[in-house]
Amino acid sequence: MSRKSKRAKAAQIRETMASEGASVRENTQGFNRGRYETVADLENYEELKDEARQIKEDAIERLPELIDQLTEAIEANGGTVYLAEDEADANEYVSSLVESGETVVKSKSMTSEELEVNEHLEAAGANVVETDLGEWVLQVADEAPSHLVAPAIHKSRESIAELFHERFDPDQPLETPEDLTAFASEYLADAFEDADVGMTGANFLTADSGSMLLVTSEGNARKTVAATDTHVAVAGVEKVVPSVEDLQPFVELIGRSGTGQDITSYVSLLTPPVETATFGEDELEGSDDRDFHLVLIDNGRMAMREDEQLRETLYCIRCSACANTCANFQQVGGHEFGGETYTGGIAGGWETGVHGLDSSEDFVDLCTGCSRCVEACPVGIDIPWINTVVRDRINRGADDHTYDFLVDGLTPDTEEGGMSLQKRFFGNFVTVAKLGSFFAPVSNWLAGFGPNRWIAEQLLGVDQRRDMPQFSRETLKEWASGRDGPADPDCEVVFMADTYTNYMHVERGKAAIRALEALNVDVEIADVTESGRAALSQGMVRTAANHGKAVAEELLPHIDTGREVVIVEPSDLTMLRDDYERLLDAETYERLSEHSYEILEYVYGLLENGADASALRDGDGEEIAYHGHCQQRTLGLAAHTEAVLEELGYDLVTSDVECCGMAGSFGFKQQYYDVSMAVGEELREQFSTPEAEGRTVVASGTSCHDQLTDLMKQDVPHPIELVAP
Amino acid sequence: MATIAGNATVDRFAAALDDLDVGWTLTTVDELSGELERFSEPTVGAPFPFEDLSLPDSIPRASESEDVKDANTGVTAGVLAIAEYGSVVIGSEPPETEPVSLYADTHVAVVRAEDVVASMGEAFAELGPRLREAGGNAIIVTGPSATADMGALVRGVHGPGDVHVVIVE
Repeated sequence: MSRKSKRAKAAQIRETMASEGASVRENTQGFNRGRYETVADLENYEELKDEARQIKEDAIERLPELIDQLTEAIEANGGTVYLAEDEADANEYVSSLVESGETVVKSKSMTSEELEVNEHLEAAGANVVETDLGEWVLQVADEAPSHLVAPAIHKSRESIAELFHERFDPDQPLETPEDLTAFASEYLADAFEDADVGMTGANFLTADSGSMLLVTSEGNARKTVAATDTHVAVAGVEKVVPSVEDLQPFVELIGRSGTGQDITSYVSLLTPPVETATFGEDELEGSDDRDFHLVLIDNGRMAMREDEQLRETLYCIRCSACANTCANFQQVGGHEFGGETYTGGIAGGWETGVHGLDSSEDFVDLCTGCSRCVEACPVGIDIPWINTVVRDRINRGADDHTYDFLVDGLTPDTEEGGMSLQKRFFGNFVTVAKLGSFFAPVSNWLAGFGPNRWIAEQLLGVDQRRDMPQFSRETLKEWASGRDGPADPDCEVVFMADTYTNYMHVERGKAAIRALEALNVDVEIADVTESGRAALSQGMVRTAANHGKAVAEELLPHIDTGREVVIVEPSDLTMLRDDYERLLDAETYERLSEHSYEILEYVYGLLENGADASALRDGDGEEIAYHGHCQQRTLGLAAHTEAVLEELGYDLVTSDVECCGMAGSFGFKQQYYDVSMAVGEELREQFSTPEAEGRTVVASGTSCHDQLTDLMKQDVPHPIELVAP
Repeated sequence: MATIAGNATVDRFAAALDDLDVGWTLTTVDELSGELERFSEPTVGAPFPFEDLSLPDSIPRASESEDVKDANTGVTAGVLAIAEYGSVVIGSEPPETEPVSLYADTHVAVVRAEDVVASMGEAFAELGPRLREAGGNAIIVTGPSATADMGALVRGVHGPGDVHVVIVE
């Protein structure tokens, strides 16, 4: 992304937030809250997710065989299956089924959006009418969907009323949602009356019976099939599952995951061609001769299946949970956070697979890797990883070498020349930190000095409105070296200080070591600080893997002598616990993953095992407001921090926003600063309620610290700094 | 909530219908006809695919296209019901079942108590063999047609705004 386009991008995002942000925010957050509530009622939620994941893994593995079986079943039922290689192929086939002048009623389908089938049919002289109310609104407005499930989520009631008045000039003013709904469904009733062909997508297809599953709430999909003599369904090949019984976990998960409904009003399991009666001139007529065509679309999917990194995308059931839970999507919606067709976190994989990298480039960086979507996804897709891979591929394809000479010295990475200077700067931050610390305080003055800030913004896109973190002259390692530990320790750990803790936020490292020592733990300090997190955030996968190898080389000998690894920064712990699975060999990953702990998780364990809590500072009822780090929450570790703080007598309120909006380098980037602050505003509001106001604000992550410091205009310590003696 | 002695699954089904704000009544074969006559006319019905329970003669059979589209009440059988979700499963036999259940303002689904299963898992264990052997449709209907696309939840969009379940002991 060039200098100019960063500013242009920032302006474009601001504009989208101003026009669509409020509606998107209200709707996605409503869906997301609903999801939390409805899955909490499900006793076997995790089991259902595991089952769903396993069915998709198996189905994609056996896909060619299942497609054959499905084809046989549908043909035995009297339907036709057409396997379309790409968009053009699919459109040509669909167009051949519709005669000029005919009316096609359509039930919302993202796959047909991917094909842009409406345009093709209209060019061939057909009249195409979308029958899902949201989708119809967009057809009237000539806009693209901004959400997988609720396509017109970005439109407010007022803007829809305005649109209807402008286009249809109704006799009565349309004001309430009831007015608007009645107007739309009357209009669409006429379309059903005229319809010759009904077109649907398919949420799932079953190879054993040749059935399809459609999930809707309005009833338009049912009418689309019932009111017409020809039914055309378009579906990606990845929609096939082996058997009818395999649909059960998806039926229970899809509505809950997407809109927070236990189940949608209509789950239609059809075995087409259906024999549902149609409306004849006068009489209701049996329809034994209904035509059914299933158009199964490849369009890049079989290649995705062969692509180890993109393959998981095919497990997606298009429920939209990833988008609804995403703090950035909640602010900007799918018109910013999406490509040609698909939106939200998972769109990085879909767009790359079906439309190519060009279609992903514009939005994929809106994924901060916070990982909240991984927990929300009913099939457990590692969406941040897919976006990292996409970013890595974009990096390697870049070829703007203008400023390479400037950064090559600062960037000991193994990345191709030509990738964005901004990415290389943030991805190699450890080198900057080392120099910054060595030259502190001069470096701090230089970094904060107006003209330099201007240069940093011009060259690197570091937003001038952000306070730069201050480098510490004395690193944590220097402070810790030669320290006398407890004389007769109960156990030994190796403390891996991350780059920020070692060079900048040294206090939290000191507090961590003091707390461990007070609990009679001997602390060695590791010789590496960089886990590779910074590089990974920028999509520099190879560089991240090299950092991972160095970490393993340093830590494994400690682990061999019985030391556990303790880390203060949750996003670095996530590398060891989770991301290294993709970067290191299996055995190394397992050793590191098994033996690494977040600082308060470790303290919690010590206290549970009888360590003396009175060695730590007593909270004495102090009122604090705690913001857990997003990745720490995904790992299930926020509870440990809360438990320790409560045990020590602190009075705690905890934020429940998905993310603070900073997520590492994201909030420093000029193009995303406004989104970052808009996300953060919700956290600020939570901590400004009468219940939370005036409390000491604490946060577990470095980026949360930076963001909250900006938002709350107060210092924001790590919880370990409160409890350490 | 009324309790239905002797059948915990039916109790649970009724409770789920209450949560959905879907009306329900419990009746017997003999009283079914009177039960169905209470609903707003014009009424149309689709014959039931059961051997032991048929659509009462007092309910007009759906035959004219306009009658089906203009009906206030559409009566169909539900071939299965799922207690934990308050869902009724509409089959595809006879062919007028789907339009009758879809076009009327109120859909009245008649379910035999023995066809109420506890869970979605049990429902699919029955639906699997059925669809593999005989094909056909199974529409899992849970509450009325609804949309939130116009800024608030509105009932009765393309399908019925009201659903009423009649459970026959």
